[in-house]
Amino acid sequence: MTTAATTLPAARRREASARRNGALLGLLAWLCGVLFFLPFAWMVLTSLHSESAAATNPPSVGAGLTLQGYREFFGAGSGVSPWPPLINSLTASVASTLLVLLLSIPAAYALSIRPVRKWTDVMFFFLSTKMLPAVAGLLPIYLIAQNTGMLDNIWLLVILYTSMNLPIAVWMMRSFLAEVPKEILEAASIDGAGLLTTLGRIVAPVAAPGIAATALISFIFSWNELLFARVLTGVVAGTAPVFLTGFVTSQGLFLAKVCAAAVCISVPVLVAGFAAQDKLVQGLSLGAVK
Amino acid sequence: MSTTSITGRRSRVSPSAGQSARPAAGRPRGAWSLRAPLLPALIFMIVVTQLPFVGTLVISFMRWNALDPGNRGFGGLSNYAAAFDDPALRSSIVTTVLLTVAVVLVSLLLGLVLALLLDRRFLGRGVVRTMLITPFLVVPAASALLWKHAIYNASYGLLNGSLTWLWSLFGSSHAPQPDWLSNTPLIAVEISLIWQWTPFMMLILLAGLQSRPLDVVEAARVDGASTWQVFRYLTFPHLRRYLELAALLGSIYVVQNFDAVFTLTSGGLGTANLPYTVYQTFYQGHDYGQASAEGVLVVICTILLATFALRTVSSLFREESL
Repeated sequence: MTTAATTLPAARRREASARRNGALLGLLAWLCGVLFFLPFAWMVLTSLHSESAAATNPPSVGAGLTLQGYREFFGAGSGVSPWPPLINSLTASVASTLLVLLLSIPAAYALSIRPVRKWTDVMFFFLSTKMLPAVAGLLPIYLIAQNTGMLDNIWLLVILYTSMNLPIAVWMMRSFLAEVPKEILEAASIDGAGLLTTLGRIVAPVAAPGIAATALISFIFSWNELLFARVLTGVVAGTAPVFLTGFVTSQGLFLAKVCAAAVCISVPVLVAGFAAQDKLVQGLSLGAVK
Repeated sequence: MSTTSITGRRSRVSPSAGQSARPAAGRPRGAWSLRAPLLPALIFMIVVTQLPFVGTLVISFMRWNALDPGNRGFGGLSNYAAAFDDPALRSSIVTTVLLTVAVVLVSLLLGLVLALLLDRRFLGRGVVRTMLITPFLVVPAASALLWKHAIYNASYGLLNGSLTWLWSLFGSSHAPQPDWLSNTPLIAVEISLIWQWTPFMMLILLAGLQSRPLDVVEAARVDGASTWQVFRYLTFPHLRRYLELAALLGSIYVVQNFDAVFTLTSGGLGTANLPYTVYQTFYQGHDYGQASAEGVLVVICTILLATFALRTVSSLFREESL
């Protein structure tokens, strides 16, 4: 920082003030971090309190910890098991994610490695479907499902979640596949490798972290979805978020139980999100930001 | 439909500046083998997203109430007239705009501040970053329940509990205990969404900050530029595209928000936004015709937004491929 032009004491003074400012800004960052984390921390703490300690005013921060809320979430007392909705959510999220990968990898290949003509138009078609609000197609989907007996069927959600995440996945995947070195692909094509060999042997290893990130983001969005699940499923195929919103009772204390349920249902997303942390931006910005 | 009108203008975007585009024309068989991997995804998207919208469009011109099945037929523009006449729909348009603008602007501003803070080296930066991302990784339905019952609740929520505690520090037992959700329902919904979306904005802006050419900043510092000057003339212009992108993507997600409105207020007290109103007309009112007309209106509003969004994304896209 010190240039020949600045005198030494002035530079030293500036350095000291910069260090003080740096420390203050670091402190401010910590403060913001804690502030944003606080509601989540409060949710976890409340989930570990007894119902009576959870509903006090002022809050009983230091109250004894118990797993009662979690026991109740898993059916102690009410006898309602959370496993069917959790398994539904898992089915819908995992199956739609697999389908998304199956469709988006070849598509991204045709958009980056051996691009079709006017491939940017195709890219923007995919993106524009993402901007069509989900609610706009809800009614016809409901009517079709009603007439084909697909209502309250988890596979209907699998299809819809696939369409919800496919555009994001195509965009992400294209930006990851574009990073595959062209020379290797050319060498492979000279050696007579076909599409599947090229995808499996050359593209997949290079793009593996990107594929994993795409899968995790697709998983998160499917797991979180509420509107379609709420309208199109009932007792059989209801997913975890639907189960969660039905968890609030009108009588009695339920706060600890609801917080425990909220924590349990958020765990898969938290795990997937932290795992994909580095690639999260690229996915959420549709590959526009690296 | 929306898509063709938007994509039609895109043909001017240079295909990856030519470096990855190989001529595919002239050899029909070759062209088809290039297209084949693309087709399953393309067909899937058209069938699952475009066809239902055509259905919505058709139903929006029909008289169709599920509770009155005998009276089904062509209704012309009556559904649109009814939708525009409906004060609930008009107020839900206003609510949607207020909700989206407030959430996007505030979380963008907070996200910018947080990104600038995180762009510097300090002790525990990784931990702070992780803490800041957490709100985005709580299932939206769970986060809405958390805010409604554990934070806003008038008798035992964290907010009023903290007020009681603060007042008791000064020996007063008459702490104000406002009912946040009834007094300021829209602001309550907005705050819960701002909490959720600020990390998203921060992540995009942080990526933008970190892609900024550091040697230029260094050179400016050496030349005696102040921190503010560096921000105003170097950082901000570089960040502008990222700000636009974050704002527009954020708008697309927030405009469509359903979870928070549904869980926090059930659309009551003037918080019903367009998606919630369409849901209500269809799910509770069973008026399929009018629900479809409302759905079409939502799409028209979104197209206006989406056109800007696509323009921004495509400018980033072009920059990247150069």
